[in-house]
Amino acid sequence: MDWQQLLALTPILLAASISVILLLVIAFVRDHLLTCLITCLGLSGAALSSLISVGDVAQQVTPLLIIDDFSRLFGALILLISLISAWMTYPYLQATDEIREEYYILLALAALGALILIASNHFASMFIGLELVSVSLFAMVGYLAHSRDQVKLTLEAGVKYMVLSGVSSSFLLFGVALVYAYSGSLSMNIFSQSGSPLLAPQYLILGTTMIAIGIAFKMSWVPFHMWTPDVYQGAPAPVTGFLAGGVKIAVFALLIRWLMPIQGPYLPILHNGLMAMAALSMIFGNLLALRQDNLKRLLAYSSIAHMGYAAITLIAAINVGNLSPLLAAEAAGMYLVTYAAVTMLAFTVLSHLAAQDLNYETGQLSHYQGLLWQQPMAGMGLIIAMLALAGIPLTAGFIGKYYVFIAAVDQQLWPLLWLLIIGSAMGLYYYLRVILILVNNTPEAKPTRNWGLTPLIILLGLATLWLGIYPGPSIAWVQLALAGF
Amino acid sequence: MQLLGILISLLAGGLLALLCDRYASAAARWISLTSLLIATVLWLPLWPQAGADASTWLIHTDTVWVQRFGIHILLATDAIGSVLIGLTLLLGYIALLSSWGEIKHRVGLFYLNLLFTLAGVIGVFSAMDLFLFFVFWEVMLVPMFLIISIWGHENRRYAALKFFIYTQASSLLMLAAMLTLVLLHYQQTGLLTFSWFALTQTDTDSTIGWWLMLGFYVAFLVKLPGIPVHNWLPDAHTQAPTPGSILLAGILLKTGAYGLLRFVFPLFPQAAAEFAPIAITLGVISILYAAKLAFAQSDLKRLIAYTSISHMGFVSLGIFAWNSLSLQGTIIQMIAHGLSSAALFAIAGLLQQRLHSRDLNRMGGLWQLAPKLSAFTMLFSLAALGLPGLGNFVGEFVVLLGSFQVYPWATAIAALGMVLAPVYALFILQKGFFGPPNELVQNGVADLSARELLMLGILAVGLIILGFWPNLILDLSAAPIHHLLQRGG
Repeated sequence: MDWQQLLALTPILLAASISVILLLVIAFVRDHLLTCLITCLGLSGAALSSLISVGDVAQQVTPLLIIDDFSRLFGALILLISLISAWMTYPYLQATDEIREEYYILLALAALGALILIASNHFASMFIGLELVSVSLFAMVGYLAHSRDQVKLTLEAGVKYMVLSGVSSSFLLFGVALVYAYSGSLSMNIFSQSGSPLLAPQYLILGTTMIAIGIAFKMSWVPFHMWTPDVYQGAPAPVTGFLAGGVKIAVFALLIRWLMPIQGPYLPILHNGLMAMAALSMIFGNLLALRQDNLKRLLAYSSIAHMGYAAITLIAAINVGNLSPLLAAEAAGMYLVTYAAVTMLAFTVLSHLAAQDLNYETGQLSHYQGLLWQQPMAGMGLIIAMLALAGIPLTAGFIGKYYVFIAAVDQQLWPLLWLLIIGSAMGLYYYLRVILILVNNTPEAKPTRNWGLTPLIILLGLATLWLGIYPGPSIAWVQLALAGF
Repeated sequence: MQLLGILISLLAGGLLALLCDRYASAAARWISLTSLLIATVLWLPLWPQAGADASTWLIHTDTVWVQRFGIHILLATDAIGSVLIGLTLLLGYIALLSSWGEIKHRVGLFYLNLLFTLAGVIGVFSAMDLFLFFVFWEVMLVPMFLIISIWGHENRRYAALKFFIYTQASSLLMLAAMLTLVLLHYQQTGLLTFSWFALTQTDTDSTIGWWLMLGFYVAFLVKLPGIPVHNWLPDAHTQAPTPGSILLAGILLKTGAYGLLRFVFPLFPQAAAEFAPIAITLGVISILYAAKLAFAQSDLKRLIAYTSISHMGFVSLGIFAWNSLSLQGTIIQMIAHGLSSAALFAIAGLLQQRLHSRDLNRMGGLWQLAPKLSAFTMLFSLAALGLPGLGNFVGEFVVLLGSFQVYPWATAIAALGMVLAPVYALFILQKGFFGPPNELVQNGVADLSARELLMLGILAVGLIILGFWPNLILDLSAAPIHHLLQRGG
């Protein structure tokens, strides 16, 4: 490894150093604000170092990691999400009586895992990254298990996430083993390998399927979605935000990297499997969200549906499009960027509210009656988030949806397009229902003043609108990230 | 640049109204009025000259918006567009006047939504880039949704949801059709663009043209609305506050008609021509069935809502007959219906304010107590039933005249609608205004105030002018219609 490669690793090294520094600092000084500031500083430093090096030559650092513009830009996105997540955690943890500082170590480790995941083009590093994210998240999900009234829910969520992550990891690991047995290499791009395969192609098909299943758990595609609503509901709001925004985006980015170059013999099964999962996710995600009375569960089902929409872009990405070969990958990238903004906005509002009053943390929609009048900024933020999730123009959500539409039309995926239309129409019902509850006139609706996370809400709200009104720069950004493929 | 100026003045006015509301609630009203006045001043130069140059495109604003997909901010109008923008602004004043007394809480937010709705509708009438059109088409729903759901009547949440889901779901079909069309055009020419002027040159005669046309048609039919997708309208109109109903009936429905006129035929001439018999059948069914339903209502606003569906059936008929006479009639009908339905909804609002009810069965004998109000109701009911001398008559008559040349049987049946209209129009008068005073009006009813008189007076004058001098509009619309007919094969 030479200096060039070491330099390329700077963001990952910085992210890794955060947790080490935090461990040392906590040993001497226990100070919540200091811990949070160090985390934010480290994360933003890593993000900056990642952004500065955009445009440099792609570096393969050991066989495990590839640092190209895709890793740099999506890495920066993940770091930004982690930064937002750290910010929204501060007032939230401040309101609890739990020991607070260690949380940030876990968060930094999860961010590190996500970075490795995005930069991996080798199954070993993929597994390391995924496990790093998951193991940190078990602890984060259950972090408040002893300090909250709803101990049961939090504990249940933590355990559930752990068990199902374990299951998914074992699928993944077995799949990787089979692929290795087939090709004799752990590189993701098995077709770049020379030499004849050692076993029959069935091993490859089986192995790939199992890897896909393992990943599908993380993406919560139906039928591997069962953990999602419970974990969303039980986990503390900032953790749910990271889970919904950070983890899914990192895993999805990995999928783009893994699937984009594949044009191989085992395509049909992957293609059909993805199609089935996309269709089921769109149908069941939307159907199950319809009657939810709990905002966190509703967002969980809605995220299942949204991941179904996102899967359409992946299916399109496996084939080469008419408009341009990278349109579908670009669609996938844009979907991630817009979804990240919207999701973080929604969960920032939730964290903001939960820090003030535990009633909001349970997510019962009845607590949100007339929120717009009580806390105009939080209410506005949540309304914008709901409109964006519903895909109304001039919000980020519409740009994402527009891209899915155009990718589907370009590939003539008509059945999926129909499901997308029907699913979006169903989605309107539950998103609008939330808005109706937020604008409901309640007699006791008096404005309360509470700063908390208001600046972050405003920032993310503006980002959501900006992405929707002027998508040009972010499109250029995603195109840059994909230029290396 | 005027079009952009109109949009900006409305949007800025809305934001300013919201901000100033906390200092003085009257401020919001005056700010809205001012921003409407500025918009009107900007619109005046757009008033087209009769017999102008046949290219007839009045104003262009053309800036790149999203380079990647060739999306432009392309605003332009011909005479049809600018007449409809004028109608929008006029009804904006009417809505403002009717809200002056009725809206008492969260005034600033209300005017924000009102002005944003107007801006959205004006955007729809002037966007010639399909993507931009779609954005306006969807965005105008949000403020209207909020108007219904915050300031509406007892069942407002249900109505607001239904309104939004119907329109939005159908517009997703339009989005899919639009993108397919754009990619089709890209395949044919190698040019990625959403411009209406370019896309009308696309060859859409294949079977796929049929499907695309249907996508657009369904979206516009929902908005128009036509049977069988009219179900949202009676609820939305009934539950909306009066200014909301005025805007819904007066201009939001016209966006559907405008879409049929501007997009369905010019983009898909052959498919639309083949589809015309079905669309006309649906239109005729709308006319008769909705008229019959209207007669069965006892809720005044619901009754008026159904008459809207019936009248928009004529618009469907006129557009799909697709000749210059029927299209001219359609334009007149759109304006006349905009004025008369707005007036009837305004009256329903006035009655609700006074009687706290919309139930016709409990009214009665209003004429003796409120003669001015009753006289206006009579005038607008007569307009709705198609009395010669008022705008609606000209519209319906010319539509029937035009479509008779192409579809004599369907037209003959549709003409029956003009027999059914008097039934419900006179039913309103007989139940509500004649006879002995009923329970609700025992305690006396205030007659029109000066503000209300002004509001209804403007609409009445408009209808009379349109009835006696339809040439004012007919001369203007002749050239652009000729243009559309050429494009639409």
